[in-house]
This record gives sequence, structure tokens and C-alpha cells, in this order.
Amino acid sequence: MNAGATGREVVLRVYRGDANGGEEVAYTVPVETGMVVLDAIHWIQAHRAPDLAVRWNCKAAKCGSCSAEVNGKPALMCKSRLDHFPEGQPITVRPMKTFPIVRDLVTDVKWNYEINKRIAPFQPRANAEWRWQQSDIDRVQEFRKCIECFLCQDVCHVLRSHELKHQFAGPRFLVRIAGLEMHPIDGADRVPFLKDTAGIGLCNITKCCTEVCPEGITITDNAIIPLKERVVDRYYDPVQRVWRAITGAKDGT
Amino acid sequence: MPVAPQRKLSAASAPTAVGARGVPATGTAPGAWSGAGSRQGFGATERGDAWWFKPVLQAAGLIVLIGYANYAAFLGAAHYRYLENGRDYLSPFYSPYIHPAWLPVWLSPALLILVFPLGFRATCYYYRKAYYRSFFADPIACAVGEPRQAYCGEVKFPFLLQNLHRYFLYAALVFLVILWIDVVKAFIFSAPALAAAAPAVTSALGLHAAREAASGGHYLAIGGGSLAILFSTGMLTLYTLSCHSLRHLVGGKLDCFSCAAAGGPRHKTWSIVTVLNGHHMAWAWWSLFAVCFADFLVRMCSIGVIHDPTLATFRHLLEMPNRSLSLLR
Repeated sequence: MNAGATGREVVLRVYRGDANGGEEVAYTVPVETGMVVLDAIHWIQAHRAPDLAVRWNCKAAKCGSCSAEVNGKPALMCKSRLDHFPEGQPITVRPMKTFPIVRDLVTDVKWNYEINKRIAPFQPRANAEWRWQQSDIDRVQEFRKCIECFLCQDVCHVLRSHELKHQFAGPRFLVRIAGLEMHPIDGADRVPFLKDTAGIGLCNITKCCTEVCPEGITITDNAIIPLKERVVDRYYDPVQRVWRAITGAKDGT
Repeated sequence: MPVAPQRKLSAASAPTAVGARGVPATGTAPGAWSGAGSRQGFGATERGDAWWFKPVLQAAGLIVLIGYANYAAFLGAAHYRYLENGRDYLSPFYSPYIHPAWLPVWLSPALLILVFPLGFRATCYYYRKAYYRSFFADPIACAVGEPRQAYCGEVKFPFLLQNLHRYFLYAALVFLVILWIDVVKAFIFSAPALAAAAPAVTSALGLHAAREAASGGHYLAIGGGSLAILFSTGMLTLYTLSCHSLRHLVGGKLDCFSCAAAGGPRHKTWSIVTVLNGHHMAWAWWSLFAVCFADFLVRMCSIGVIHDPTLATFRHLLEMPNRSLSLLR
């Protein structure tokens, strides 16, 4: 027996298939102390199914590659410890359901990168002083923790169940926009983009994105709702519109 | 193994045109890049946990508390105030109490004011999550199939009105001031001998005259109802001050605190509201429960089912003449 072996076994029901269809295949895996689902997948690749497709890289919950659905919940496989699941019950591992499947546990997430290209990048204001206080940058630093695992995109029902990729950019990109919009020296105006292109009005703030984020980013409360409020400032608050018309003041003052 | 054929995403340089009637458009072709999630039927999931429990519990809680609130506001107008044994307890559902002469007898005066707290809660970012999940199943739980394919989020009427939340916040802040006055009144008791006459005088001379006649002297005291009304207003205060819109208005809208006018105090205020906002869900539930509980206690005292206990009296701290107190009344 290997060092760390527990003598226990776990059954993983892993989805095998492609766009033409597939099914769950059961594999029995010996459990070692501290083992995570990705370890079990690697054991299956090494001992039972060398053609099992899985995307992974760091195995440290920092690269965002091994996103999947473990027991129906979007999660990083490298962060899903086997001893956190009920003993004696099989664990299902499936690919993310919001994106088209390539093979087995691998999905095509290229759509996300295409959406990302549409967001106006960081644009410092003219003559901006490149100094700021920590209090100015705290909010943005939270958003910079994103590892682009796309679990929030996967669980978002607007993209997942309603297939509105043609109308909604998804929580990952609202987080990115929040990080840019709230930056103390950024001068670009992304509020019209938020409303008309990113489709922030389609988010009904049910917070699934926050629940699954492996980095613990409070996506809904700290990014999406503040952005919704900025859209309200610009488009839905008549008092502020009149005030801006009279004083020439801009948003965010 | 063959790679799944993909419909193409339109070019990144394609115009980001607004869709029909203000519907946003990302530039992706409709139906492109679809996954298996959209083919899941209602309730379909591989989740093995009790994902249904929280939405059911939420729905039950909202039905019970909102059902009670409706009963109290629209059918229970006969017992909204307790004015006996020196007390002056007003149900929070009826505060501020406005009863114009033109209001038909069969219509509750609560109707005139409840649109504001009702609107505040209906457009609240927390309650939106709760009722979208529990009543619209949109989604009923994370990664669980939904009952409908059609969806327009908050971009069309009536859900477009969610954007008015800050206006209901302004109203709620005004209401808070009035509710705190009610709290003070709930801790100021009338001299028992005179107050005992209040019900009879009320029927003969009306409420205002009864109060004047009854208040020969006043003193600080704590009754069960005083604490219930304090609890209710305290929870409402925490709920209101933890509002997401307030968080935005007091400082969240700024990109640079240190560059803005009064940036330091605004950052401090924003930080405090942010801490409160982290518990917004808890305040939302506690405040709803507390308001119902305060109304229930006032109602039971008024009907005579419950005898409101006097927990403490502080006659030496406040014995004021009628005229001084009339400012509060």
C-alpha cells in the first residue's frame, strides 16, 4: 500500500463523450489522504482510461483550468477534496454545462475570450497622477483575484439555462469591468457598454456566481450591484439627470 | 474523437448594436456556443444535496410574514393602536398614521403609506434574489434546470422598475425618523389614573382630544410593547442603513475616495455601510419578522388578549407636563 493510502475506495462517475453524446462511466479509485477529485481523475488516466480528456495545469487552485461540475456543482477539481463528500456514495464529475463540450471533461470556453476583447481596456486619464491611496484601490484588488476559471459563467443561469450569450457578457466580465470602472485613474466610460452590450440588466442578482467563486470574490454585492447602480445613475434616475444637466457634473462625483 | 462543430462568433469588430427595444447585444450569434445546460428540464440536476430546502423555506417565510402583513394592514385596522394603561403603542404598519376624512370607512389608512415600505422591500436587492429563486424559479437553485426558456431579466417592464429602488430608499429614510419618534412615544407612559379614562374619551371626543385629556403627567417606563417597537425600529434601521443603493450613494459611486470632496468621511461612511451590507439578508428577515411581531403585540394588547407587562418605571427621570410632551405627540 502507498504511503498515505487510506484503504478506502471511491467510485467516480465520470462523463465520457463529446458533442454527439456520451454517458457517465464508473471508475473505482483507491483513496489517499488529502486526495482531491483531480488526483482521482489523474489516477483514472494513469490506470484505467489513458484517453480521458481533462484540462488542468497548476493543481493549486490558481490557474483556473480544471473547472468541472462535481456532484452537480460547478467547482475546481483540484479544490474538491474527496473526504468532503459523503462516504460510500459515488461522485459524479461532468464538464461545465454552459459551454459546448469538446471531449469528456473538456469544454470550449473561447467565447469568453471573444467577449473579453470587446471591453475597453484600462485607459488612464490625461495627466493623471500615478499615485493613489490604499483605500482607493481596495475594491479593485478584490476583482484582480479572478483566475478566470469561468465557474461563475458556468453557473450563471442567464448563460446556462437561457442561452443568452448574444445578450449578456456574464459575471466574469462584469467583474473585469468593475475593476476597470472603479480604478482611481481610469478615464474610460463603460456605462453605455454595460447597459447595451454587456446586458447587465439581465442579471437578476441571484448570487450563484458568488456561491461558486473559488477565489471568494463577492461578485454580486461588490461588482455587479455597484455597476447596476452606476447604470441607474446614468439612465434611470431623473433627479440625477436634471442635476447633471444643470450643474454639468459627471457621474461618480 | 471529433471536435464539436461550432457556429461562429461574429467578429470582434462587429458593431455592438442595441437589440430590439433596448435589448442588449454582445455581438454573439443567438444560439451560438450552447452547452448542455439549456437542455435541462425543470429541477434537473446532478446535485445530491437538499437544494430545494432553502427556496422552499424562503417561500414559506415570505408567505407567512407577507400574509400576516397584508392581514394587519388591510383587514386589521380596528386594532392598530394600544392607548390604555398609560401606553401609546402604534403598529409600525400604520406609522405615520394618516387618515384623511375622504378615506372610505372600508379602506385601511395603511393603504396610503404601505406603498413605500412595500416598494422598498420589493425592489430590494436581497428580496429580489429571494423571490426570483423561490417564486419564479429563475433559478430555483444554482445549477438546477429551470421551468422556462424565455427570460428578460430586469430589462423590460415590470422588472425594469427595480431601478427605482433608491427612491424607495429615500422614502424609507423619512419613515425611519417617524418610526423613531414612535419608539420614544412607546417609552413615555401617561399617568395611570387619567390614562384609564382614555378609551371612553376617545369615543366621545376623538383621538387627539383623548390624548390631551388623558395626559395629565408622563414618565419614562418600559413595557413589553415598548421593547417590541424598539426592536422593530432597530431592525428596520439596520435593514435600511445596509441598503446596496445607500452604499452606492454615500460613496460607492466614487472611483477615487482620496480625490473627491469630503473623500475621507465618505470612505468612512461607505465602509460602515459596507459592513452592515454584508448582513443585509439577516437584517431583511429580522426586520420583517420584528415589524410583524410588534404589530401582533400591539394588536393583542388592543384586543385584550395580552396584558402588556410594565418591566420598569423611571418616574424620577421624566415627569413632564402635558405641553412639553405635545411636541412629540
